[in-house]
Amino acid sequence: MKYVDEYRDGKIARTLAAAIAAEVSPSLEYHFMEFCGGHTHAISRYGLEDLLPPNVHMIHGPGCPVCVLPIGRIDTAITLSRRPEVTLCTYGDLMRVPGSKGSSLMKAKAEGADIRMVYSTLDAVRIAEAEPHREVVFFAIGFETTTPPTALAIRFAREKGLGNFTIFCNHVLTPAAVQNILDSPDVKLLGTVKIDGFVGPAHVSTVIGAKPFRVFAKEFKKPVVVAGFEPLDVMQAILMLVRQVNQGRHEVENQYIRAVTELGNAKAQALVAEMFEVVVSFEWRGLGDVPDSALRLRAAYESFDAEKRFGLVSHPAKDNPACECGAILRGVKRPRDCKLFGAVCTPDNPMGSCMVSSEGACAAHWTYGRFREKNARVEAAA
Amino acid sequence: MRVTEVLPNEMAKVTLDGVSKIISTALIDDVAVGDYIVLHVGYALAKIDPEEAERTLEMLASAGVA
Repeated sequence: MKYVDEYRDGKIARTLAAAIAAEVSPSLEYHFMEFCGGHTHAISRYGLEDLLPPNVHMIHGPGCPVCVLPIGRIDTAITLSRRPEVTLCTYGDLMRVPGSKGSSLMKAKAEGADIRMVYSTLDAVRIAEAEPHREVVFFAIGFETTTPPTALAIRFAREKGLGNFTIFCNHVLTPAAVQNILDSPDVKLLGTVKIDGFVGPAHVSTVIGAKPFRVFAKEFKKPVVVAGFEPLDVMQAILMLVRQVNQGRHEVENQYIRAVTELGNAKAQALVAEMFEVVVSFEWRGLGDVPDSALRLRAAYESFDAEKRFGLVSHPAKDNPACECGAILRGVKRPRDCKLFGAVCTPDNPMGSCMVSSEGACAAHWTYGRFREKNARVEAAA
Repeated sequence: MRVTEVLPNEMAKVTLDGVSKIISTALIDDVAVGDYIVLHVGYALAKIDPEEAERTLEMLASAGVA
């Protein structure tokens, strides 16, 4: 696989690991947050933490769209899906996200709600076209990568004159969440972790470019290295972060230069700006209310807004009190710190959202990381 | 993901390791057969720049020894 396999070469990974080990200062502890769930998954899947020296710590950030969607919004989607005229189209990984009182879209579907998993927003538009008597609602979630596809779906629906297509908008913004992790009133409440630098997102940056991360380098004096999703990309980014820390630099560097430019995808950005506007505040699971962190449709496009069409109101709902997703999403706690982890909370029966998506910190730890700990214990005992 | 066929309405056929998919290229410009793209939920988000990809590989091969 061209442009994939080359970036997964184990020999090069070990050479990069040796370079990192040679360059870290033994007297320093390095804490780097990978914001994006795609990186969390890559780090766990390829066992990258095993390649790093013990004083380089990777902290998993909140960049998993399924994980940060608050329960109240899931509840609203479930309520909507129970309306007899509604067909709710959703990305597959939302199906198992737990809502209030043990509910989920999966259970609502089993109970008869018309919920359909789609791969692409185009599938949702096709369903609306093929079934004009149904009110087709697309459950729109995700960061800057999934917003342009939602915008295009609206454009296609408009061009085709589909009056039965709307979206339930939950699109969120990466820079606002990074800012929140570094600087918010909640940090005082939940505590915070030491972060010496960020591995910046891959796909998100293809859309927004590397530029929006400059503010974190400049104002918060944190190095940011935008990195691709392959294991060698992540290893190289860590090496670049180590060098910035050692040299006292805090800049935005672009490791994923084969796909990310300084300014990003102008076409996608223009499309999103035409249809969406920033909302004053939006609730994130784990982060609470984050200012200027989400999008809604502009007034000119409100005929495509499911919240307007169906008069939807979302009520805040509480997580299972023992669930540590909130602290885990902030990087304050790790999956193994949660009492529910692996006991009652597994990917088959997730209690919290971090266990649902393969990009979630708990799911990644369940699938890969826990075996690593087990091996370490065996080695220590031997 | 390599583009193997450019289709009407800003669509394209792409392939990875023998698996083919029809995707939308409405978010990028000037798509041609042979281009490598970054694919996300059925849409091409960006084209991979072959020169930069080569440069990154060279850097990786030298293990980031700059």
